[in-house]
Amino acid sequence: MDESLRDLYQEVILDHSKHPRHFGVLAAPTHKGEGHNPLCGDRVKIYLHVDGSDHIDDISFEGRGCAISQASASLMTDMLKGRTLEEADRLMGGFLHLVKGEDATSLEGEDRERLDVMAGVSEFPMRVKCATLAWHTMKSALEGGSTAKSE
Amino acid sequence: MTAQPKASELSAFDPLAARAEFEILGREVYGKPLVYLDNAASAQKPRAVLDAMKIFAENEYANVHRGVHYLSAKATQRYEAARESVRRFLNAGSVEEVVFTKGGTEAINLVAQSFLAQRILPWDEIVLTTMEHHSNIVPWHFLRERQGAVLKWVDVDDDGALDVDAVDAAIGPRTKFVAVAHMSNVLGTVTPLKEIVRRAHAKGVPVLADGCQGAVHEFADVRDLDVDFYALTAHKLYGPTGIGALYGKRAHLKSMRPFNGGGEMIAEVTKDNVTYAEPPARFEAGTPPIIESVGFAAALDWLSAFERPAIAKHEHALLAHATSEIEMLNWARIIGKAPGKGAILSFEAEGMHAHDLATILDREGVAVRAGHHCAQPLMERFGVGSTTRASFALYNTHAEVETLIAALHKARKILG
Repeated sequence: MDESLRDLYQEVILDHSKHPRHFGVLAAPTHKGEGHNPLCGDRVKIYLHVDGSDHIDDISFEGRGCAISQASASLMTDMLKGRTLEEADRLMGGFLHLVKGEDATSLEGEDRERLDVMAGVSEFPMRVKCATLAWHTMKSALEGGSTAKSE
Repeated sequence: MTAQPKASELSAFDPLAARAEFEILGREVYGKPLVYLDNAASAQKPRAVLDAMKIFAENEYANVHRGVHYLSAKATQRYEAARESVRRFLNAGSVEEVVFTKGGTEAINLVAQSFLAQRILPWDEIVLTTMEHHSNIVPWHFLRERQGAVLKWVDVDDDGALDVDAVDAAIGPRTKFVAVAHMSNVLGTVTPLKEIVRRAHAKGVPVLADGCQGAVHEFADVRDLDVDFYALTAHKLYGPTGIGALYGKRAHLKSMRPFNGGGEMIAEVTKDNVTYAEPPARFEAGTPPIIESVGFAAALDWLSAFERPAIAKHEHALLAHATSEIEMLNWARIIGKAPGKGAILSFEAEGMHAHDLATILDREGVAVRAGHHCAQPLMERFGVGSTTRASFALYNTHAEVETLIAALHKARKILG
Protein backbone atom coordinates (compact mmCIF):
# COMPACT_ATOMS: atom_id res chain seq x y z
CA MET A 1 0.00 0.00 0.00
CA ASP A 2 0.97 3.59 -0.59
CA GLU A 3 3.08 4.64 2.43
CA SER A 4 1.43 8.03 2.79
CA LEU A 5 -2.02 6.39 2.78
CA ARG A 6 -0.85 4.03 5.50
CA ASP A 7 0.26 7.07 7.52
CA LEU A 8 -3.01 8.86 6.94
CA TYR A 9 -5.29 5.98 7.78
CA GLN A 10 -3.31 4.35 10.52
CA GLU A 11 -4.97 2.18 13.11
CA VAL A 12 -5.22 4.88 15.77
CA ILE A 13 -7.04 7.24 13.43
CA LEU A 14 -9.48 4.63 12.20
CA ASP A 15 -10.11 3.62 15.79
CA HIS A 16 -10.86 7.19 16.85
CA SER A 17 -13.14 7.71 13.87
CA LYS A 18 -15.07 4.51 14.41
CA HIS A 19 -15.20 4.77 18.18
CA PRO A 20 -15.07 8.49 18.89
CA ARG A 21 -14.27 9.51 22.48
CA HIS A 22 -16.35 12.16 24.24
CA PHE A 23 -19.02 12.03 21.57
CA GLY A 24 -22.27 13.71 22.57
CA VAL A 25 -23.69 16.84 24.15
CA LEU A 26 -22.57 18.33 27.47
CA ALA A 27 -25.44 19.01 29.85
CA ALA A 28 -24.30 22.46 30.95
CA PRO A 29 -21.45 23.73 28.80
CA THR A 30 -19.87 27.08 29.54
CA HIS A 31 -18.88 27.35 25.90
CA LYS A 32 -20.10 25.81 22.70
CA GLY A 33 -19.37 26.31 19.05
CA GLU A 34 -20.33 24.97 15.68
CA GLY A 35 -17.93 24.43 12.84
CA HIS A 36 -18.70 23.92 9.20
CA ASN A 37 -16.56 23.04 6.25
CA PRO A 38 -18.48 24.59 3.36
CA LEU A 39 -16.46 22.65 0.82
CA CYS A 40 -17.62 19.23 1.93
CA GLY A 41 -20.59 19.98 4.15
CA ASP A 42 -18.98 18.44 7.24
CA ARG A 43 -20.22 19.81 10.53
CA VAL A 44 -18.95 19.57 14.08
CA LYS A 45 -20.19 20.93 17.40
CA ILE A 46 -17.86 21.34 20.34
CA TYR A 47 -19.05 21.69 23.94
CA LEU A 48 -16.72 22.80 26.73
CA HIS A 49 -17.00 23.26 30.43
CA VAL A 50 -14.33 25.58 31.81
CA ASP A 51 -14.00 25.95 35.59
CA GLY A 52 -13.10 29.07 37.61
CA SER A 53 -9.36 28.41 37.29
CA ASP A 54 -9.40 28.22 33.48
CA HIS A 55 -9.30 24.43 33.35
CA ILE A 56 -11.27 22.57 30.70
CA ASP A 57 -12.85 20.10 33.07
CA ASP A 58 -15.17 18.64 30.46
CA ILE A 59 -15.39 18.62 26.70
CA SER A 60 -17.37 16.78 24.05
CA PHE A 61 -18.20 16.90 20.36
CA GLU A 62 -20.78 15.73 17.93
CA GLY A 63 -21.03 15.91 14.21
CA ARG A 64 -20.51 14.00 11.03
CA GLY A 65 -17.69 13.95 8.62
CA CYS A 66 -14.82 12.00 7.22
CA ALA A 67 -12.52 9.73 9.21
CA ILE A 68 -9.92 12.48 9.46
CA SER A 69 -12.27 15.11 10.85
CA GLN A 70 -13.92 12.67 13.27
CA ALA A 71 -10.62 11.24 14.48
CA SER A 72 -9.17 14.71 14.90
CA ALA A 73 -12.16 15.85 16.97
CA SER A 74 -12.03 12.71 19.08
CA LEU A 75 -8.31 12.99 19.68
CA MET A 76 -8.60 16.67 20.48
CA THR A 77 -11.30 16.18 23.11
CA ASP A 78 -9.28 13.36 24.61
CA MET A 79 -6.22 15.56 24.91
CA LEU A 80 -7.84 18.77 26.09
CA LYS A 81 -9.85 17.35 28.95
CA GLY A 82 -8.25 18.56 32.16
CA ARG A 83 -5.92 21.02 30.47
CA THR A 84 -5.74 24.77 30.99
CA LEU A 85 -6.86 27.24 28.32
CA GLU A 86 -3.25 28.27 27.90
CA GLU A 87 -2.22 24.69 27.23
CA ALA A 88 -5.11 24.28 24.80
CA ASP A 89 -3.81 27.28 22.90
CA ARG A 90 -0.31 25.90 22.74
CA LEU A 91 -1.51 22.47 21.64
CA MET A 92 -3.62 23.99 18.91
CA GLY A 93 -0.70 26.05 17.62
CA GLY A 94 1.50 22.97 17.54
CA PHE A 95 -1.19 20.86 15.92
CA LEU A 96 -1.75 23.37 13.11
CA HIS A 97 1.97 23.38 12.38
CA LEU A 98 2.07 19.60 12.47
CA VAL A 99 -0.71 18.98 9.93
CA LYS A 100 0.70 21.58 7.58
CA GLY A 101 4.08 19.87 7.66
CA GLU A 102 5.68 22.82 9.46
CA ASP A 103 7.98 22.93 12.46
CA ALA A 104 5.97 21.76 15.47
CA THR A 105 8.67 21.91 18.15
CA SER A 106 6.23 23.57 20.57
CA LEU A 107 4.76 20.10 21.02
CA GLU A 108 6.74 17.98 23.41
CA GLY A 109 6.79 14.60 25.05
CA GLU A 110 3.56 12.70 25.23
CA ASP A 111 1.60 15.49 23.53
CA ARG A 112 3.85 15.23 20.53
CA GLU A 113 3.57 11.47 20.47
CA ARG A 114 -0.20 11.47 20.62
CA LEU A 115 -0.71 14.18 18.03
CA ASP A 116 1.91 12.72 15.72
CA VAL A 117 -0.64 10.23 14.43
CA MET A 118 -2.21 13.17 12.56
CA ALA A 119 1.07 14.24 10.95
CA GLY A 120 0.33 12.12 7.87
CA VAL A 121 -2.32 14.67 6.89
CA SER A 122 0.45 17.04 5.81
CA GLU A 123 0.98 14.83 2.75
CA PHE A 124 -2.63 15.51 1.72
CA PRO A 125 -3.06 19.27 1.35
CA MET A 126 -6.71 18.92 0.36
CA ARG A 127 -7.43 17.21 3.66
CA VAL A 128 -5.76 19.61 6.10
CA LYS A 129 -9.07 21.41 6.62
CA CYS A 130 -10.70 18.16 7.67
CA ALA A 131 -8.12 17.81 10.44
CA THR A 132 -8.27 21.40 11.65
CA LEU A 133 -12.06 21.90 11.74
CA ALA A 134 -12.56 20.67 15.32
CA TRP A 135 -9.66 22.74 16.63
CA HIS A 136 -10.86 25.93 14.97
CA THR A 137 -14.33 25.26 16.31
CA MET A 138 -12.98 24.73 19.84
CA LYS A 139 -11.07 28.00 19.60
CA SER A 140 -14.06 29.89 18.29
CA ALA A 141 -16.24 28.42 21.06
CA LEU A 142 -13.82 29.66 23.70
CA GLU A 143 -13.74 33.08 22.09
CA GLY A 144 -17.52 33.21 22.11
CA GLY A 145 -17.77 33.11 18.32
CA SER A 146 -20.73 31.47 16.70
CA THR A 147 -19.64 29.53 13.64
CA ALA A 148 -16.13 28.49 12.75
CA LYS A 149 -14.97 27.68 9.29
CA SER A 150 -12.03 25.47 8.57
CA GLU A 151 -10.07 28.20 6.82
CA MET B 1 -15.74 29.03 -39.53
CA THR B 2 -16.49 25.35 -39.86
CA ALA B 3 -19.55 24.49 -41.88
CA GLN B 4 -22.09 22.13 -40.39
CA PRO B 5 -20.82 18.66 -41.25
CA LYS B 6 -23.07 16.64 -43.51
CA ALA B 7 -24.15 13.23 -42.23
CA SER B 8 -21.89 11.53 -44.75
CA GLU B 9 -18.87 13.47 -43.44
CA LEU B 10 -19.35 12.50 -39.82
CA SER B 11 -16.60 10.31 -38.48
CA ALA B 12 -17.76 7.19 -36.75
CA PHE B 13 -17.00 7.53 -33.06
CA ASP B 14 -13.97 5.62 -31.86
CA PRO B 15 -13.43 6.23 -28.12
CA LEU B 16 -9.76 5.31 -28.21
CA ALA B 17 -9.03 7.53 -31.18
CA ALA B 18 -10.87 10.40 -29.50
CA ARG B 19 -8.99 9.72 -26.28
CA ALA B 20 -5.68 10.07 -28.09
CA GLU B 21 -6.57 13.70 -28.71
CA PHE B 22 -6.27 14.42 -24.98
CA GLU B 23 -2.64 14.80 -23.99
CA ILE B 24 -3.38 14.90 -20.27
CA LEU B 25 -5.08 11.51 -20.27
CA GLY B 26 -1.73 9.90 -20.98
CA ARG B 27 -0.15 11.14 -17.77
CA GLU B 28 0.33 9.36 -14.50
CA VAL B 29 -0.46 10.48 -10.97
CA TYR B 30 1.41 8.91 -8.04
CA GLY B 31 2.95 6.53 -10.53
CA LYS B 32 -0.43 5.20 -11.68
CA PRO B 33 -2.15 5.92 -14.98
CA LEU B 34 -4.66 8.74 -14.58
CA VAL B 35 -8.29 7.60 -14.60
CA TYR B 36 -10.21 10.83 -14.93
CA LEU B 37 -13.81 10.37 -13.78
CA ASP B 38 -14.57 13.92 -12.67
CA ASN B 39 -15.95 15.06 -15.97
CA ALA B 40 -19.16 16.51 -14.58
CA ALA B 41 -16.99 19.00 -12.70
CA SER B 42 -14.90 19.81 -15.75
CA ALA B 43 -13.89 17.90 -18.85
CA GLN B 44 -10.40 17.76 -20.31
CA LYS B 45 -9.62 19.57 -23.52
CA PRO B 46 -8.66 17.97 -26.83
CA ARG B 47 -5.70 19.16 -28.89
CA ALA B 48 -8.06 20.79 -31.38
CA VAL B 49 -9.26 23.20 -28.69
CA LEU B 50 -5.84 24.01 -27.26
CA ASP B 51 -4.34 24.43 -30.72
CA ALA B 52 -7.16 26.67 -31.92
CA MET B 53 -6.63 29.03 -28.99
CA LYS B 54 -2.87 29.08 -29.39
CA ILE B 55 -2.93 29.63 -33.15
CA PHE B 56 -5.52 32.36 -32.78
CA ALA B 57 -3.55 34.10 -30.04
CA GLU B 58 -0.36 33.88 -32.08
CA ASN B 59 -1.87 35.12 -35.32
CA GLU B 60 -5.16 36.95 -35.06
CA TYR B 61 -5.64 38.24 -31.54
CA ALA B 62 -6.80 41.75 -30.65
CA ASN B 63 -9.77 43.20 -28.83
CA VAL B 64 -13.13 42.83 -30.53
CA HIS B 65 -15.79 45.27 -31.75
CA ARG B 66 -13.52 48.24 -31.14
CA GLY B 67 -10.64 48.91 -33.47
CA VAL B 68 -10.68 49.47 -37.18
CA HIS B 69 -7.35 47.77 -37.62
CA TYR B 70 -6.68 44.45 -39.30
CA LEU B 71 -6.35 42.28 -36.20
CA SER B 72 -9.37 43.81 -34.54
CA ALA B 73 -11.44 42.90 -37.57
CA LYS B 74 -10.00 39.37 -37.63
CA ALA B 75 -10.61 38.81 -33.94
CA THR B 76 -14.14 40.18 -34.22
CA GLN B 77 -14.85 37.77 -37.05
CA ARG B 78 -13.62 34.86 -34.99
CA TYR B 79 -15.59 35.93 -31.93
CA GLU B 80 -18.78 36.25 -33.96
CA ALA B 81 -18.04 32.97 -35.73
CA ALA B 82 -17.89 31.39 -32.27
CA ARG B 83 -21.35 32.75 -31.59
CA GLU B 84 -22.50 31.05 -34.78
CA SER B 85 -20.96 27.78 -33.58
CA VAL B 86 -22.96 28.00 -30.37
CA ARG B 87 -26.10 28.90 -32.28
CA ARG B 88 -25.64 25.86 -34.50
CA PHE B 89 -24.91 23.58 -31.56
CA LEU B 90 -28.14 24.66 -29.87
CA ASN B 91 -30.09 24.96 -33.11
CA ALA B 92 -31.09 28.47 -32.09
CA GLY B 93 -32.90 30.57 -34.68
CA SER B 94 -30.45 33.44 -34.68
CA VAL B 95 -27.02 34.44 -33.37
CA GLU B 96 -28.79 37.37 -31.73
CA GLU B 97 -30.25 34.86 -29.31
CA VAL B 98 -26.80 33.75 -28.09
CA VAL B 99 -25.16 35.78 -25.32
CA PHE B 100 -21.62 34.95 -24.25
CA THR B 101 -21.16 34.79 -20.49
CA LYS B 102 -18.45 33.78 -18.06
CA GLY B 103 -20.15 30.43 -17.70
CA GLY B 104 -23.41 28.74 -16.77
CA THR B 105 -23.61 30.49 -13.42
CA GLU B 106 -23.44 33.95 -14.95
CA ALA B 107 -25.98 32.97 -17.58
CA ILE B 108 -28.52 32.05 -14.89
CA ASN B 109 -27.75 35.14 -12.81
CA LEU B 110 -28.27 37.23 -15.92
CA VAL B 111 -31.77 35.84 -16.39
CA ALA B 112 -32.59 36.25 -12.69
CA GLN B 113 -31.46 39.87 -12.59
CA SER B 114 -32.29 41.14 -16.04
CA PHE B 115 -35.43 39.17 -16.85
CA LEU B 116 -37.19 37.95 -13.74
CA ALA B 117 -36.28 40.67 -11.22
CA GLN B 118 -38.34 43.16 -13.23
CA ARG B 119 -41.34 40.89 -13.35
CA ILE B 120 -41.56 39.48 -9.87
CA LEU B 121 -43.67 40.77 -6.98
CA PRO B 122 -43.84 39.60 -3.36
CA TRP B 123 -45.46 36.15 -3.10
CA ASP B 124 -44.88 35.41 -6.78
CA GLU B 125 -43.47 31.93 -7.18
CA ILE B 126 -40.43 30.43 -8.85
CA VAL B 127 -40.67 26.68 -9.37
CA LEU B 128 -37.46 24.66 -8.90
CA THR B 129 -36.58 21.03 -8.33
CA THR B 130 -34.69 19.60 -5.37
CA MET B 131 -31.93 18.37 -7.66
CA GLU B 132 -30.78 21.77 -8.87
CA HIS B 133 -27.15 22.80 -8.66
CA HIS B 134 -26.58 25.78 -6.36
CA SER B 135 -26.04 27.90 -9.46
CA ASN B 136 -29.69 27.30 -10.32
CA ILE B 137 -30.83 27.93 -6.74
CA VAL B 138 -28.92 30.87 -5.32
CA PRO B 139 -29.80 33.40 -8.08
CA TRP B 140 -33.48 32.69 -7.27
CA HIS B 141 -32.82 32.98 -3.55
CA PHE B 142 -31.63 36.52 -4.31
CA LEU B 143 -35.13 37.28 -5.64
CA ARG B 144 -36.64 35.69 -2.54
CA GLU B 145 -34.44 37.77 -0.24
CA ARG B 146 -34.70 41.03 -2.13
CA GLN B 147 -38.15 40.94 -3.64
CA GLY B 148 -40.17 38.51 -1.56
CA ALA B 149 -40.44 35.81 -4.20
CA VAL B 150 -41.42 32.35 -3.03
CA LEU B 151 -39.35 29.33 -4.06
CA LYS B 152 -41.56 26.35 -4.74
CA TRP B 153 -39.73 23.03 -4.75
CA VAL B 154 -40.67 19.99 -6.77
CA ASP B 155 -39.22 16.84 -5.29
CA VAL B 156 -37.75 13.92 -7.19
CA ASP B 157 -38.78 10.36 -6.36
CA ASP B 158 -36.57 7.83 -4.58
CA ASP B 159 -34.91 6.90 -7.88
CA GLY B 160 -34.22 10.55 -8.56
CA ALA B 161 -36.76 10.77 -11.37
CA LEU B 162 -38.79 13.93 -11.92
CA ASP B 163 -42.50 13.53 -12.53
CA VAL B 164 -43.75 16.04 -15.07
CA ASP B 165 -47.19 16.03 -13.43
CA ALA B 166 -45.58 17.12 -10.16
CA VAL B 167 -43.95 20.04 -11.95
CA ASP B 168 -47.24 20.85 -13.62
CA ALA B 169 -49.06 20.74 -10.28
CA ALA B 170 -46.53 23.13 -8.75
CA ILE B 171 -47.15 25.74 -11.44
CA GLY B 172 -49.95 27.81 -10.01
CA PRO B 173 -51.56 31.19 -10.70
CA ARG B 174 -48.73 33.01 -8.91
CA THR B 175 -45.93 31.14 -10.65
CA LYS B 176 -43.82 33.48 -12.74
CA PHE B 177 -40.97 31.21 -13.70
CA VAL B 178 -39.72 27.63 -13.86
CA ALA B 179 -35.98 26.89 -13.53
CA VAL B 180 -34.93 23.29 -13.99
CA ALA B 181 -31.81 21.31 -14.83
CA HIS B 182 -31.77 19.54 -18.18
CA MET B 183 -29.67 16.87 -16.47
CA SER B 184 -28.76 16.52 -12.79
CA ASN B 185 -25.08 16.89 -11.96
CA VAL B 186 -25.45 14.43 -9.06
CA LEU B 187 -28.04 11.87 -10.11
CA GLY B 188 -27.60 11.92 -13.86
CA THR B 189 -31.38 12.26 -14.15
CA VAL B 190 -32.47 13.68 -17.49
CA THR B 191 -35.57 15.78 -16.99
CA PRO B 192 -38.56 15.63 -19.36
CA LEU B 193 -37.69 19.15 -20.42
CA LYS B 194 -39.78 19.42 -23.56
CA GLU B 195 -42.91 18.31 -21.72
CA ILE B 196 -42.16 20.62 -18.77
CA VAL B 197 -41.86 23.53 -21.19
CA ARG B 198 -45.12 22.56 -22.91
CA ARG B 199 -47.01 22.39 -19.60
CA ALA B 200 -45.51 25.64 -18.32
CA HIS B 201 -46.25 27.47 -21.54
CA ALA B 202 -49.84 26.26 -21.38
CA LYS B 203 -50.05 28.35 -18.21
CA GLY B 204 -48.08 31.24 -19.69
CA VAL B 205 -44.96 30.59 -17.61
CA PRO B 206 -41.46 30.79 -19.12
CA VAL B 207 -38.81 28.13 -18.44
CA LEU B 208 -35.06 28.29 -17.98
CA ALA B 209 -33.06 25.09 -18.38
CA ASP B 210 -29.69 24.73 -16.70
CA GLY B 211 -27.91 22.90 -19.47
CA CYS B 212 -24.46 22.66 -17.96
CA GLN B 213 -24.67 18.86 -17.95
CA GLY B 214 -27.49 18.43 -20.45
CA ALA B 215 -25.65 20.16 -23.27
CA VAL B 216 -22.84 17.64 -22.89
CA HIS B 217 -24.81 14.42 -22.80
CA GLU B 218 -28.17 15.22 -24.38
CA PHE B 219 -29.34 17.05 -27.47
CA ALA B 220 -29.92 20.64 -26.56
CA ASP B 221 -32.11 21.67 -29.47
CA VAL B 222 -33.61 24.83 -28.06
CA ARG B 223 -36.15 25.20 -30.83
CA ASP B 224 -37.39 21.66 -30.46
CA LEU B 225 -37.48 22.04 -26.67
CA ASP B 226 -39.12 25.47 -27.11
CA VAL B 227 -37.33 26.48 -23.91
CA ASP B 228 -37.17 30.22 -23.13
CA PHE B 229 -33.62 30.25 -21.75
CA TYR B 230 -30.85 27.66 -21.88
CA ALA B 231 -27.62 28.11 -19.92
CA LEU B 232 -24.44 26.23 -20.73
CA THR B 233 -20.74 26.34 -20.00
CA ALA B 234 -17.79 25.57 -22.25
CA HIS B 235 -15.46 23.82 -19.85
CA LYS B 236 -17.73 20.81 -19.34
CA LEU B 237 -18.06 20.55 -23.11
CA TYR B 238 -14.34 19.95 -23.67
CA GLY B 239 -13.80 23.68 -24.07
CA PRO B 240 -11.94 26.28 -22.00
CA THR B 241 -12.92 27.77 -18.66
CA GLY B 242 -14.11 31.35 -18.37
CA ILE B 243 -16.78 31.22 -21.05
CA GLY B 244 -20.30 29.97 -21.39
CA ALA B 245 -23.44 31.06 -23.12
CA LEU B 246 -27.03 31.94 -22.56
CA TYR B 247 -29.60 31.17 -25.18
CA GLY B 248 -32.65 33.37 -24.82
CA LYS B 249 -35.63 33.80 -27.08
CA ARG B 250 -35.25 37.01 -29.00
CA ALA B 251 -38.38 38.68 -27.60
CA HIS B 252 -37.24 37.95 -24.03
CA LEU B 253 -33.73 39.26 -24.59
CA LYS B 254 -35.06 42.42 -26.23
CA SER B 255 -37.31 43.05 -23.23
CA MET B 256 -34.50 42.67 -20.71
CA ARG B 257 -32.58 45.39 -19.01
CA PRO B 258 -28.77 45.32 -19.02
CA PHE B 259 -26.89 43.16 -16.55
CA ASN B 260 -23.42 44.64 -16.14
CA GLY B 261 -22.68 48.16 -17.28
CA GLY B 262 -19.57 49.07 -19.22
CA GLY B 263 -18.03 49.20 -22.63
CA GLU B 264 -19.52 47.50 -25.65
CA MET B 265 -23.05 47.22 -24.26
CA ILE B 266 -24.16 50.76 -25.01
CA ALA B 267 -25.69 52.61 -27.95
CA GLU B 268 -24.75 56.05 -26.66
CA VAL B 269 -23.42 57.50 -23.44
CA THR B 270 -23.64 61.16 -22.49
CA LYS B 271 -23.15 62.87 -19.14
CA ASP B 272 -26.89 62.81 -18.55
CA ASN B 273 -28.06 59.70 -20.32
CA VAL B 274 -27.27 56.26 -21.62
CA THR B 275 -28.95 54.09 -24.21
CA TYR B 276 -28.20 50.44 -24.65
CA ALA B 277 -27.13 48.23 -27.48
CA GLU B 278 -29.44 45.58 -28.83
CA PRO B 279 -28.98 41.98 -27.61
CA PRO B 280 -26.69 40.17 -27.44
CA ALA B 281 -24.20 43.06 -27.07
CA ARG B 282 -26.39 44.61 -24.37
CA PHE B 283 -25.41 41.77 -22.05
CA GLU B 284 -21.73 41.61 -22.91
CA ALA B 285 -20.22 44.56 -21.07
CA GLY B 286 -16.46 44.83 -21.10
CA THR B 287 -13.89 42.85 -23.02
CA PRO B 288 -15.29 39.36 -23.42
CA PRO B 289 -13.30 36.09 -23.19
CA ILE B 290 -12.07 36.33 -26.77
CA ILE B 291 -9.45 33.59 -26.92
CA GLU B 292 -11.80 31.36 -24.97
CA SER B 293 -14.58 31.97 -27.50
CA VAL B 294 -12.33 30.52 -30.19
CA GLY B 295 -11.66 27.51 -27.95
CA PHE B 296 -15.37 27.14 -27.20
CA ALA B 297 -16.18 27.08 -30.91
CA ALA B 298 -13.38 24.61 -31.56
CA ALA B 299 -14.77 22.32 -28.86
CA LEU B 300 -18.29 22.42 -30.26
CA ASP B 301 -17.07 21.87 -33.80
CA TRP B 302 -14.82 19.01 -32.64
CA LEU B 303 -17.67 17.37 -30.75
CA SER B 304 -20.17 17.93 -33.54
CA ALA B 305 -17.93 16.16 -36.01
CA PHE B 306 -18.72 12.87 -34.24
CA GLU B 307 -22.00 11.05 -34.38
CA ARG B 308 -23.48 12.19 -31.10
CA PRO B 309 -25.70 9.11 -30.69
CA ALA B 310 -22.57 6.95 -30.92
CA ILE B 311 -20.97 8.99 -28.13
CA ALA B 312 -24.12 8.65 -26.04
CA LYS B 313 -24.12 4.90 -26.64
CA HIS B 314 -20.52 4.61 -25.45
CA GLU B 315 -21.13 6.73 -22.34
CA HIS B 316 -24.27 4.75 -21.48
CA ALA B 317 -22.34 1.49 -21.82
CA LEU B 318 -19.72 2.79 -19.36
CA LEU B 319 -22.47 3.83 -16.97
CA ALA B 320 -24.19 0.45 -17.23
CA HIS B 321 -20.89 -1.33 -16.63
CA ALA B 322 -20.05 0.72 -13.54
CA THR B 323 -23.62 0.53 -12.25
CA SER B 324 -23.77 -3.26 -12.43
CA GLU B 325 -20.38 -3.58 -10.70
CA ILE B 326 -21.32 -1.23 -7.87
CA GLU B 327 -24.73 -2.84 -7.47
CA MET B 328 -22.93 -6.10 -6.72
CA LEU B 329 -21.18 -4.55 -3.72
CA ASN B 330 -23.38 -5.10 -0.71
CA TRP B 331 -21.70 -2.14 1.01
CA ALA B 332 -22.46 0.52 -1.59
CA ARG B 333 -25.66 2.30 -2.49
CA ILE B 334 -26.23 4.11 -5.76
CA ILE B 335 -28.13 7.38 -5.49
CA GLY B 336 -29.96 8.19 -8.69
CA LYS B 337 -31.52 5.39 -10.72
CA ALA B 338 -33.93 7.28 -12.91
CA PRO B 339 -34.77 5.53 -16.18
CA GLY B 340 -32.84 6.99 -19.12
CA LYS B 341 -30.34 8.74 -16.88
CA GLY B 342 -27.01 9.99 -18.20
CA ALA B 343 -23.45 8.96 -17.42
CA ILE B 344 -23.14 10.26 -13.88
CA LEU B 345 -22.93 7.79 -11.01
CA SER B 346 -23.25 8.89 -7.39
CA PHE B 347 -23.02 6.47 -4.53
CA GLU B 348 -22.31 6.17 -0.87
CA ALA B 349 -20.32 3.39 0.69
CA GLU B 350 -21.10 1.95 4.10
CA GLY B 351 -18.63 3.02 6.77
CA MET B 352 -16.64 5.15 4.36
CA HIS B 353 -17.00 8.88 4.09
CA ALA B 354 -16.84 10.13 0.51
CA HIS B 355 -13.72 12.19 1.21
CA ASP B 356 -11.80 9.28 2.65
CA LEU B 357 -12.89 7.12 -0.26
CA ALA B 358 -11.90 9.77 -2.81
CA THR B 359 -8.49 10.21 -1.17
CA ILE B 360 -7.76 6.50 -1.50
CA LEU B 361 -9.09 6.35 -5.07
CA ASP B 362 -6.88 9.33 -5.88
CA ARG B 363 -3.78 7.41 -4.82
CA GLU B 364 -4.84 4.72 -7.28
CA GLY B 365 -4.90 7.36 -9.99
CA VAL B 366 -8.70 7.58 -10.02
CA ALA B 367 -10.09 11.12 -9.92
CA VAL B 368 -13.66 11.30 -8.65
CA ARG B 369 -15.65 14.00 -6.91
CA ALA B 370 -16.57 13.70 -3.26
CA GLY B 371 -18.85 16.05 -1.42
CA HIS B 372 -22.23 17.67 -1.78
CA HIS B 373 -21.69 18.59 -5.45
CA CYS B 374 -23.14 22.06 -4.88
CA ALA B 375 -26.53 20.41 -4.46
CA GLN B 376 -27.22 20.52 -0.72
CA PRO B 377 -31.03 20.37 -0.96
CA LEU B 378 -30.62 17.13 -2.88
CA MET B 379 -28.23 15.71 -0.28
CA GLU B 380 -30.84 16.51 2.35
CA ARG B 381 -33.52 14.84 0.22
CA PHE B 382 -31.54 11.60 0.18
CA GLY B 383 -30.40 11.92 3.78
CA VAL B 384 -26.69 11.97 3.00
CA GLY B 385 -24.02 14.54 3.80
CA SER B 386 -22.00 13.77 0.74
CA THR B 387 -21.61 11.24 -2.02
CA THR B 388 -18.83 9.97 -4.22
CA ARG B 389 -19.44 10.70 -7.87
CA ALA B 390 -17.92 9.13 -10.94
CA SER B 391 -18.89 10.97 -14.11
CA PHE B 392 -18.00 9.71 -17.55
CA ALA B 393 -16.90 11.43 -20.72
CA LEU B 394 -16.54 10.24 -24.28
CA TYR B 395 -12.87 9.36 -23.71
CA ASN B 396 -13.36 7.00 -20.77
CA THR B 397 -12.91 3.27 -21.22
CA HIS B 398 -14.23 0.04 -19.76
CA ALA B 399 -10.74 -0.68 -18.43
CA GLU B 400 -11.04 2.51 -16.40
CA VAL B 401 -14.33 1.31 -14.95
CA GLU B 402 -12.50 -1.83 -13.82
CA THR B 403 -9.77 0.30 -12.22
CA LEU B 404 -12.43 2.27 -10.36
CA ILE B 405 -14.00 -0.91 -9.00
CA ALA B 406 -10.64 -2.37 -7.98
CA ALA B 407 -9.82 0.89 -6.19
CA LEU B 408 -13.14 0.75 -4.35
CA HIS B 409 -12.27 -2.71 -3.06
CA LYS B 410 -8.91 -1.41 -1.92
CA ALA B 411 -10.55 1.49 -0.06
CA ARG B 412 -12.88 -0.96 1.62
CA LYS B 413 -9.87 -2.95 2.77
CA ILE B 414 -8.18 0.13 4.26
CA LEU B 415 -11.20 1.80 5.82
CA GLY B 416 -13.70 -1.01 6.25
